[in-house]
Amino acid sequence: MTTLLIRGGRIIDPATGTDVVGDLFIREGVIDHVPSEEFRADRTIDAAGLIVCPGLIDAHVALREPGFDEDETIQSGTAAALAGGFTTIGALPDTSPPVDNRASAEFVTLQAERAGNCQVVPLGAVTKRLAGEELAEIGQLIDGGAVAFSDGKRAIANSEVMRRALQYTRMFEKPILHHPQVPELAQGGVMHEGHYSMLLGLRGIPAAAEEIMVRRDIALAEHTGGHVHLMAISSRGSIDEIRQARERGVHVTADVTPHHLTLTDESLQTYDAHYKVDPPLRPRDHVMALIDALKDDTIKLISSDHQPHASEKKVCELDLAPCGICGLETLLPICIGTLIRSGHLSWMQFIEKVTVGPAKLLGLTDRGTLAVGTVADVTVIDPDVEWTIDALQFQSMSRNTPFDGRTVQGRARYTIVGGDVRYECAVPADAR
Amino acid sequence: MPSADTPRPAHWTRRHLLGLQELSPVELTQILDQAAEFKRLAAAGEQKLDSLSGTTVANLFFEPSTRTRTSFSLAAKRLSADTVDFTASGSSLSKGESFIDTAMTIEAMGVSQMVVRHSSAGAPQLLARHVKCSVLNAGDGTHEHPTQALLDLFTIRENRGTIEGLTVALVGDILHSRVARSNIWGLKKLGARVIVCGPATLIPPQITELGVEIRHNLDDVLEEADCLNLLRVQFERQRGAFFPSISEYAHLFGMNGDRLRRARKDVLILAPGPINRGVEITPDVADGRHSVILNQVTNGLVIRMACLYLLHRAQLEASTGMAAGEKLP
Repeated sequence: MTTLLIRGGRIIDPATGTDVVGDLFIREGVIDHVPSEEFRADRTIDAAGLIVCPGLIDAHVALREPGFDEDETIQSGTAAALAGGFTTIGALPDTSPPVDNRASAEFVTLQAERAGNCQVVPLGAVTKRLAGEELAEIGQLIDGGAVAFSDGKRAIANSEVMRRALQYTRMFEKPILHHPQVPELAQGGVMHEGHYSMLLGLRGIPAAAEEIMVRRDIALAEHTGGHVHLMAISSRGSIDEIRQARERGVHVTADVTPHHLTLTDESLQTYDAHYKVDPPLRPRDHVMALIDALKDDTIKLISSDHQPHASEKKVCELDLAPCGICGLETLLPICIGTLIRSGHLSWMQFIEKVTVGPAKLLGLTDRGTLAVGTVADVTVIDPDVEWTIDALQFQSMSRNTPFDGRTVQGRARYTIVGGDVRYECAVPADAR
Repeated sequence: MPSADTPRPAHWTRRHLLGLQELSPVELTQILDQAAEFKRLAAAGEQKLDSLSGTTVANLFFEPSTRTRTSFSLAAKRLSADTVDFTASGSSLSKGESFIDTAMTIEAMGVSQMVVRHSSAGAPQLLARHVKCSVLNAGDGTHEHPTQALLDLFTIRENRGTIEGLTVALVGDILHSRVARSNIWGLKKLGARVIVCGPATLIPPQITELGVEIRHNLDDVLEEADCLNLLRVQFERQRGAFFPSISEYAHLFGMNGDRLRRARKDVLILAPGPINRGVEITPDVADGRHSVILNQVTNGLVIRMACLYLLHRAQLEASTGMAAGEKLP
């Protein structure tokens, strides 16, 4: 019998509304009642001054395997997840070959088990070959372990295909995670269309490219009764649409990323491709709208939108570089700085958006909580430790982050998966 | 000549010339004055100078160009530099080598200045972070083309004595024009009023934030403009159709004899070239007495000499720690 006692931490569990200083006890990989004082656990972690919360969950990350092993593997991506405090991640299907069939979904799960890091739940493709034309074998993908459906960064432009997809997935009560962007308006664009794109002579992507697709998706969700989840929302107009639709009872949810909450299109002045992301970074007024939507719970999830790219692909001309940020290992400190320290969200609110929110989206009923009897996925966060982000130290194979060199506060100290301490951050004695 | 009256700043300190956005009015004037000096020397028979003797200037053209490359090459030769010309066609780029690796390889051969033309905006900025030599932007995507704007400024000043107070209209495809962006920076910094005129699909509305006025009717602009700079329609940079047809473009925005008669009597007609005769400009205007198009080409040479010379001086001063303003031997 294996037991683990986490002693004296601030236990925050949004699922049960808990915020107390106390002990958390794990027996055989499951959260259990705290035993009597005399009980001697196999291992005891002193969590004084630390936050103990359900293991963080990221609903959509790109792990790149199979097909793009130069960027990331399931082994390295899950190691990065652990270092970032994540115990469960949803793997996007935009690999090569894509996860558009049962065997591919099972391969993802198998590789994750071999890696032995965090739990990986596959997201199945909505359409065959991610081509946006014919539905993938959604029922068989579910049998292979797929918990939700997505065509990754490829928007499903054909409205008829999207309508059928929402109708079909509704039958299984699974959401479609969509990248809402009108391809023709975004084609060739490298940044937000506005003052800075004009200044820099860079092809812009107007906010309307996202807003039009958000409106369409909401209309189709309303029409079909299906669940559409909009990934990495970036525009103020989108927020307004989502807020109104949710008030009408439409089954639409959305998430935002740390970089869209922290950076603006002004950053592109450096012509540094690390700031090139999809959707693009927007001006300050859009950023503030995203933060407001987190505060009023219009947006219930934060995702790193982890998009690793090998440096030889990213360090080049801006218009040739791929989009995306290697985000799993920086979400926590960036959000602590941008959302908690700046006073926008409480710890309870923030943790809810990286535990309960994604668990609910992906239908993970026994995760995202510290309730007795659930799987003991736990993250212990040091909220105050100051450190400097160094991309060379990443567990991820990729280094594409605009946050390299930034001094931040807070990071995961222990990441516990099924009662097993899988990650432990070595903090020098003088750093605390 | 204006250079005699303009107080000359102590010294030029920039290692790179990436765009006109970052230059001060003093620096702009310094380049124009230096070019005027080279033009005076040439008129006096001193075509060939030894200022850059013993140095190597590399022309890295990752995008086809004839006039700019030739002009830079000749400018470097007039200053006695050795020159290396590299063009992307048939180069190592087709073998998969990256732009930065190519440039660093050429730098390793002992190059002190690199003139870069690239189809990607920001490519010279990227390069400047990776090489130790000076980088001179010869046009990057739809961002900036500083030497083209400088030669436009030089030509206007040469004809009018000053830039300040003039009204200059940039006509045509503003969205895709690096010449327009550099011209706006230069003209505004030197005190001109700037109007941009073209189809609404080819003018980013945010351009007013740079202090320029947007017009869509060329006929209304004619009576106000001291200078008309007719930008080339950039068919190669346009994604899809921004206007219905070439004939409609010529009808609305082409400069022809009829419009010239309604323009100011002393209007200057500039065009960065290569010109599409019959599209943005008709032959009678291009070759007429108001046109300074060929003067622009001539002035381009001395502008590029001035830029190469000033960057070279900055390198020398940085390496020798020479006191400000001290004359070079």
